[in-house]
Amino acid sequence: MADFILEMKNITKEFPGVKALDAVDFKVKRGEILCLVGENGAGKSTLMKVLSGVHPHGTYTGDIVLNGEVQEFSNIKDSEKVGIAIIYQELALIPEMSVYENIFLGNEIKKGAVIDWNETILKAQGVLKKVNLDVNPDTLVKELGVGKQQLIEIAKQLAKDVKLLILDEPTAALNDDDSANLLEILKDLRNQGITCIMISHKLNEVMEVANEVTVLRDGQTVATMDRGEQEIDENEIVRLMVGRELTNRYPTRDVEIEDILMEVKNWNVYDSGGKKVIDDANFYVRRGEIIGMSGLMGAGRTELAMSIFGKSFGSKIEGDLILNEKRIELNSPKQSIEAGINYLTEDRKEKGLILIQDIKSNIALSSLQAITHRNVINDNEEIKNAEEYRTALQIKTPSVEQKVMNLSGGNQQKVVLSKCLLTSPDVLIVDEPTRGIDVGSKYEIYGIMNEYVSRGKSIIMISSELPEIIGMSDRVYVMFEGKLVAEIPKERMTQEEIMKYSIGQGEKANG
Amino acid sequence: MDKKQKNLNTLTNLMKGNIRQYGMFIALFVIMVIFNILTDGIFVSARNLTNLYLQTGYIAVLATGMVLVIIAGHIDLSVGSIAAFTGAIAAILQVKMGLPTIPTVLITLLVGALIGCWQGFWIAYRKVPAFIVTLASMLMFRGAVIAITRGQTIGPFSDSFNRMSVGYLPDIANFEGIHLLSLLVGVVGVVAYAIMEFNKREKRRGYGFEVLPIQFFIGKLILVSGLILAFILSMALYKGIPYTVIIVVLLIGLYTFITKKTPLGRHIYAIGGNLEAARLSGISARKTLFKVFVSMGTLAALSGMIYSARLNSAAPSAGNLFELDAIAASFIGGASASGGVGTVFGAIIGALVMASINNGMSLLNLDISYQYLIKGLVLLLAVWFDISTRNKNK
Repeated sequence: MADFILEMKNITKEFPGVKALDAVDFKVKRGEILCLVGENGAGKSTLMKVLSGVHPHGTYTGDIVLNGEVQEFSNIKDSEKVGIAIIYQELALIPEMSVYENIFLGNEIKKGAVIDWNETILKAQGVLKKVNLDVNPDTLVKELGVGKQQLIEIAKQLAKDVKLLILDEPTAALNDDDSANLLEILKDLRNQGITCIMISHKLNEVMEVANEVTVLRDGQTVATMDRGEQEIDENEIVRLMVGRELTNRYPTRDVEIEDILMEVKNWNVYDSGGKKVIDDANFYVRRGEIIGMSGLMGAGRTELAMSIFGKSFGSKIEGDLILNEKRIELNSPKQSIEAGINYLTEDRKEKGLILIQDIKSNIALSSLQAITHRNVINDNEEIKNAEEYRTALQIKTPSVEQKVMNLSGGNQQKVVLSKCLLTSPDVLIVDEPTRGIDVGSKYEIYGIMNEYVSRGKSIIMISSELPEIIGMSDRVYVMFEGKLVAEIPKERMTQEEIMKYSIGQGEKANG
Repeated sequence: MDKKQKNLNTLTNLMKGNIRQYGMFIALFVIMVIFNILTDGIFVSARNLTNLYLQTGYIAVLATGMVLVIIAGHIDLSVGSIAAFTGAIAAILQVKMGLPTIPTVLITLLVGALIGCWQGFWIAYRKVPAFIVTLASMLMFRGAVIAITRGQTIGPFSDSFNRMSVGYLPDIANFEGIHLLSLLVGVVGVVAYAIMEFNKREKRRGYGFEVLPIQFFIGKLILVSGLILAFILSMALYKGIPYTVIIVVLLIGLYTFITKKTPLGRHIYAIGGNLEAARLSGISARKTLFKVFVSMGTLAALSGMIYSARLNSAAPSAGNLFELDAIAASFIGGASASGGVGTVFGAIIGALVMASINNGMSLLNLDISYQYLIKGLVLLLAVWFDISTRNKNK
């Protein structure tokens, strides 16, 4: 009998309207590295949140068994007490504090009521050695690179005497050297007897460190492969990750695709830290065309879109943006909207809607000039516009004077979409246009997109759902680590093909 | 559903939708009734009410600007110092340099606008938090006012300048103690209001939208007209409408128009409601914010002049704690501490609440310590009321 440190049995977790986890069984052997892989939205993060107590006992069904004992965590503190630690993609360090202060934050070593700083520094040196990091514990965290910060985050967990370490995409923000270093550290930790669960999208890393690979898909475990028992094949993993039938339906469209409307050339974007986020992107979109932008989380799709949309992302941008055969320079979202390029955000609540305002004000927000005469807004025109979109997009609400925060996700999404459409842009970039909304609303939004391109407009659709990309796009660009690594025409579009490029496999292909 | 039931529903919906607005009217009404009982009817006498409006004036002007700042999601702590500084500028222009009233007023307003530009520059374009920028200005302009007045009170102003605060609409004929021209202004106001409401209703009908049933529409007209007339009568029975009240009413009109009917107004609500969404919707947040602070500076100058005119002099200590009254008035009037919510009219009612507390407690000869205590409590309760009703809506 194998020695399992952790067994999660029959875990089911539901959110309103969605079954995120559906009777998942998940086992981890002591002293091994297990890699958890799956598409965006497959349920990986949810499963880890159940394990770490973020979703407390009682909000899911099933059992968590650690070292043979059933656990009922009601918060993160409970799971930490028994030696489970989770490290998220976004680091939880305080930049202005020193390395040792960070390592023992919330876990201070005390002598009576006061902190024993000498003991703290001594112990910090100990855990830093474990992660093979040679820095002075006095250094402020902000002075270190992301790679080292990631190691400090691990050291912080080691200081709590962790038994089971969970890492959510630990290398997403790291360069190649730092990633390689981190993987070495993980192997070291394994030798020191610490069990690891690593969520990763990068299959080469998975192949390098994993003893076992578990594949999640649509909230279910589809396979667990053990290195000790069988050969693990990358292609097999890809097939298991995406291997579902296209069950959603997509409305068909019959639109003539015309000349090139917008083109982006040699586009480079740097973030505020000076890191190159988009590396030499070249792409175009034609009138009447919907192109897909595929790629995994963190590949740079949103950053690319927002950098085009009036430089709303990036501190330094180089390259040419050509619209209607004219090179243009867009310095703000305002200029971009006026030039005819609009962007539907992926984050409707934080960046798309003013939740405390009503539907009509939200829809009108980008088009106020059109209903303003002599500096006076015509309220009645505003209501009329809102009513038209309410009918066309079937926004379910008793009145357009309803506050947006009272609407369901799908209806909120339609309000943001209405706002973008009302500016009638030539090029509409939609970022995850159907995230978190129900199937019926999705179908309606696809219909609206089809109708829009039939008017000689173009849509660029960023989506993490492969069936949606394949069902809606005329062409697909795939991004990986800030680069456009492939352009795939309709006839070669398969989930396996797209996924291959998304995880950095395959040569650069041009369709 | 029969017609009666339907009408009842319309009525309850009307009440529900505006409960927060009614809340502050109820608060004001309760405060007035209490003081009236405690003072044996002196509080609601025409003489005291006119006095109350005059006391509200300079705070109401500040609150009008402040509520915009708060809607945009910021705060301005410097308005008291700026009012004092601009009041002193006006005094120097008039008393020391002998300028006539109109140039004095215009130059002083310009100085206020320039101070607003200075603050707007740091807040909108240099991203220094408004709290810090205006705290700095609060200190700097308090210093400046002491410097330019050399610590002395400067006065007196010319009569025409003072009229801003202590002047009344001239009388055409006094009919049994009623100021006739003032009454006439009130009647014209009511008729104008009725015509505007009626046009609005007709336009909506023209678009085929639902309108308030006619009996409710008429009911609303009668109620509002009655309030307007009562307000006018409370002044006509004494010396008539003070110029301060006319200035404030015009300001309410202008600022209500800006906030409700112009793109600038929408932009202010949008950047306060969700800055990121506003930016991505093509709104220039910086320009909008800059304008808000320029407006605040200008109104602070107007407030400073009204206050100086009331005292017939500019003192280095003038305007002390005005900012807190203006901020409190905005919050009592339904503005939200997290931005994006509030109305100019609400802020004026809030200013009236604060002034009523001051006035009533002075009439009762209560110690100033009680005034601070009660004003603090009212502010606390008003914001708590706002937060608790908002959570219920979620």
